[in-house]
Amino acid sequence: MDITLIYYLVPAIIMFCCGVYGFITRRNMIAMLISLELMLNAVDINFVVFNRYLYPEATEGMFFTLFAIAIAAAETAIAIAIIINVFRAVKNVDARDIDKMKN
Amino acid sequence: MESVGSIIMYLIIALSIIVFSVLTVTTRKILRSATFLLFVLFATAALYFKLDYEFLGAVQIAVYAGGIVVLFVFSILLTSRPGHSSEQLVSRRRVIGILAGLATLVVAGGALWSRCSMALAQLPAMSNPDMKLIGETMMGTGDGQMLLPFEAISVLLLACIIGGVVVARKR
Repeated sequence: MDITLIYYLVPAIIMFCCGVYGFITRRNMIAMLISLELMLNAVDINFVVFNRYLYPEATEGMFFTLFAIAIAAAETAIAIAIIINVFRAVKNVDARDIDKMKN
Repeated sequence: MESVGSIIMYLIIALSIIVFSVLTVTTRKILRSATFLLFVLFATAALYFKLDYEFLGAVQIAVYAGGIVVLFVFSILLTSRPGHSSEQLVSRRRVIGILAGLATLVVAGGALWSRCSMALAQLPAMSNPDMKLIGETMMGTGDGQMLLPFEAISVLLLACIIGGVVVARKR
């Protein structure tokens, strides 16, 4: 058996779909952020696998993944700062309760 | 032809990615969800190691498992009681979620299916990108070298630090 390109893409697709499902069904904002991380991670896997299989002499896919990891870290830190501030204001991290600006 | 050990390694990685990502979004306890996310990230790091990107795997473990998951666990413990389960999903919301997930699967799977020959590409030989190559690519300004994104990331991280302090300080 040869492990071809598609063997790595299928777990990445499933991971991405789990992220979409979780992002829609979750109410807790931290859980939504966790689903977002799943989606980002699936995309990172795609970059690396395409780089490795189709263009093994290039390094762009690997560097895109490195930068994506750095951006994910920054985004998570800011998002969690915002979530904790929201928690101070409404004593809750439920996405349904954040409607102060609507009415 | 792959060796048997390589295939077993692949099976372990793929199965743990699939099982733990499903568990991450279906478990009702949020702390468990963060723990399963940690396992998914470790499996991804193992996948990078298996594809000969050692530096990338190390960065994945250090930044994701060492930084982001710890942040998640801290904020979960700060904002919810441990052992608290989220409420049962209403079936309408679950149906919408499953439909959106399936739609994503169909679109992405269709795109993959339309490139069938590419999807069966064999693993080509590659020498591991060593630290010299990584450093020169990150600091060079030539063709395919990435000084500009590197500097943009450093400005982004500075903005992130300032933003974090401004958002989180006590008024």
